[in-house]
Amino acid sequence: MSTASVPLPGWISYGVIPLINLVIAFFFSGLVVWLIGENPFEALKYLIDGALGRGDAIGFTLFYATSFIFTGLSVAVAFHAGLFNIGAEGQAYVGGLGAALVALALDRYVPWYVTMPFAVIGAAVFGAAWAFIPAWLQAKRGSHIVITTIMFNFIGAALMVYLLVHVLIVPGKMAPETRTFLPGGQLPKLDWLMAIFGLKLGPAPFNVSFIIALVMCFLVWLLIWRTRFGYEMRTLGISPSAAVYAGIPYVRTVIIAMLISGGLAGMMSLNAVMGASARLQVEFVGGAGFVGIAVSLMGRSHPVGIILAALLFGILYQGGGDLSFEMPNITRDMIVVIQGLVILFAGALEYMLRPVMVRIYQQFAGRKSASQKLAGT
Amino acid sequence: MSLDNDKKPAIELVGIDKRFGAVHANRDINLTVAKGSIHGIIGENGAGKSTLMSILYGFYQADAGEIRISGAPVAIRDSQTAISAGIGMVHQHFMLVEDFTVLENVMLGAEGGQLLRRGVASARKELKRLETDYGLDVDPDALIEELPVGSQQRVEILKALYRGAEILILDEPTGVLTPAEADHLFRILQVLRDQGKTIILITHKLREIMAITDTVSVMRRGEMVATRKTKETTVEELAELMVGRRVLLRVEKGEANPGAPLLSVRNLTVKDGRGVTMVDDVSFDVHAGEIVGIAGVAGNGQSELLEAIAGIRKPFSGDILIDGKPVAGVDPARLRALGLAHIPEDRHHMGLVLKFEEYENSILGYHRDPRYGRGGLLDLDAIRKDAEEKIAKYDIRPPNPRLKTANFSGGNQQKIVVAREIERDPKMLLVGQPTRGVDIGAIEFIHRRIVEMRDAGKAVLLVSVELDEIRALSDRILVMFAGKVVGEKTPDAGEQTLGLMMAGIAA
Repeated sequence: MSTASVPLPGWISYGVIPLINLVIAFFFSGLVVWLIGENPFEALKYLIDGALGRGDAIGFTLFYATSFIFTGLSVAVAFHAGLFNIGAEGQAYVGGLGAALVALALDRYVPWYVTMPFAVIGAAVFGAAWAFIPAWLQAKRGSHIVITTIMFNFIGAALMVYLLVHVLIVPGKMAPETRTFLPGGQLPKLDWLMAIFGLKLGPAPFNVSFIIALVMCFLVWLLIWRTRFGYEMRTLGISPSAAVYAGIPYVRTVIIAMLISGGLAGMMSLNAVMGASARLQVEFVGGAGFVGIAVSLMGRSHPVGIILAALLFGILYQGGGDLSFEMPNITRDMIVVIQGLVILFAGALEYMLRPVMVRIYQQFAGRKSASQKLAGT
Repeated sequence: MSLDNDKKPAIELVGIDKRFGAVHANRDINLTVAKGSIHGIIGENGAGKSTLMSILYGFYQADAGEIRISGAPVAIRDSQTAISAGIGMVHQHFMLVEDFTVLENVMLGAEGGQLLRRGVASARKELKRLETDYGLDVDPDALIEELPVGSQQRVEILKALYRGAEILILDEPTGVLTPAEADHLFRILQVLRDQGKTIILITHKLREIMAITDTVSVMRRGEMVATRKTKETTVEELAELMVGRRVLLRVEKGEANPGAPLLSVRNLTVKDGRGVTMVDDVSFDVHAGEIVGIAGVAGNGQSELLEAIAGIRKPFSGDILIDGKPVAGVDPARLRALGLAHIPEDRHHMGLVLKFEEYENSILGYHRDPRYGRGGLLDLDAIRKDAEEKIAKYDIRPPNPRLKTANFSGGNQQKIVVAREIERDPKMLLVGQPTRGVDIGAIEFIHRRIVEMRDAGKAVLLVSVELDEIRALSDRILVMFAGKVVGEKTPDAGEQTLGLMMAGIAA
């Protein structure tokens, strides 16, 4: 009996262990900060303050978190079907094209709440389309999805630059971007939501797509754990041979799972393109697709975990920016190091502490059952 | 001194106790193993045999108790101390490096210095001596992956002897062997015993215990319930001691009433991924109300035949007919709809998703059925209620549909599969290795269910490498060798006749 097979209660697996991992990650980050001659406690204070200290800081944190929820969900859905979608970055980028085309077409004629559903569909369809070719190649030809989705990130980036420089650019302008959307093509900010908590949003671009993200969390939960297709995806993801036995069609399941995954990644663009900049810009995704991998890993591919992990990375992004501003010794690269440590300890080394926890838990549980037995006799 | 030592038992375990959390795996175990004897330890899955041996081999530390080797107390902290105390272990799953040679595997961990040259020469000499002394014939320069399973096992034994083992522990050694290979192993064990080695044999097969051991100890639920001289006990007594109640070892069944053919196979040829022909031009019928057994040594095409009929493997040529309708190449979902149920050979990789909760596995393959949900959504309440009914009817323990499937014992896992496939009331039932790794109590239960299916007029096709099982259950026996059906016999054909056919010698 190895410790891996010993069941731990959920509050340890999903509460205590991630928390301890996070503390260790911050401990080593502090060590790095201390090594370059800064005070780690002060740095932590700047980080927290910069992410959560003011209304606009919280607004930015939630704005980043929104993007990460979308990309985290995208990676998680594919992961449940046993597929490692590294292409959320590219799918979000191309998804932006879908959102922008809808916004450009409708913003003059209708208010935002009419544009929004079409934009959601546009972003999802374009993101899904970008995931379709790798999905088809995996399902039909066995080309590894990790390789093809990485390649499609590059192809997508090149395609978008071409379109923005040659096709979508405003004639006579230098910047490779579309025209600014009118209010009918923008997603409004959630200042009213912040006002409930007595906070002022200020310039932060926290917007309606946060609510769309939460709705998607619920729908993904429903899809994975409450639908027949989700059951098929999970069977395929855990045991491909059992899926064959059960008559679950491989090609169909892989393609549909990747279309959903790509669609969710595409929706990330609603937040950045229609919620923040009100235009389609070069490289608006800014790495959110890759952060989604870490978010999904850390959130154990569960929507609730993904929301929490996305918030954590939102804090690191927003607070990290403030930190490097306040402490010039800590450059942007140092922030990336800290984020890397969090990913390492909270995501990749997830199982490092498990055997220790199992031993502690067993001692505790053994004593408990022994004392129960004593009480019983 | 040596004389004195000879009288002392090889191993004494005194008051060994071990807990894993809430599980009490070993309770106050006392065991004495005489020097130069073969001592069997039997018990159902989860009785604590493996835990006890792991304590003896240093994988676990006992919470309480003492281990004495040749009368002297020894603290066995890890496998290194176990080896230096003269204990060797042959695991159920071999611990060999597949693309090393026999010699390299034997030397592994005992290379004798940084440079291999001298170590290789002395190892080769020692290996030669072990071979001549004990009749362990293996080519020292053969690659492990090219050796048959029986020879790989002999390498494991050589490894232990090379390290100076006086006491050999074998954990379920015949699980992977053909009957002939098992006989060969038993002859080696007898030679080893006659040369003064002590052997502990862990198994749940009563026949092996009766055939080879001198003494047998029975474990049940973490306790050592009895120790008997093998000569003075019977299979019935041991079975009763193991299970804790009287067990029916023979399958009770009446005459078959075969009806019309339900499942027909015509000139079926199946190739594997490399293009090797695994099933070669096979034809037969299975009628309603009969059990047809396919006997054969593992790897002679039975698995591929079963998978082709179940729709898992595409046939290369030939026809499969259900009720006269051709279904070759049809996918498993459609075959289920046609009334074909399948208890697969490998429940861990096919029949179950071990990470799923029990109720989730109770619908595997039938998850699109209208009774388990509406539209695209699953109705978890209905599924769990259905799972609970099956748990009650098949006495699956623990009776908890929310428990992870991996945490059920082998017998209970198999019951989950059997319940799912039989409760659908199919017209045809494919059964592969229904009792592999399943304890005696559950074997009896599963066999009875299969016979009930036959009596209810279903067509049953049974594949098993356990010849006893084939003979006990089947109404007709087809023997497969090298992908072909080499003959048909009735179950009263002698074991020897069938054995020769399985070896491809007589038809």
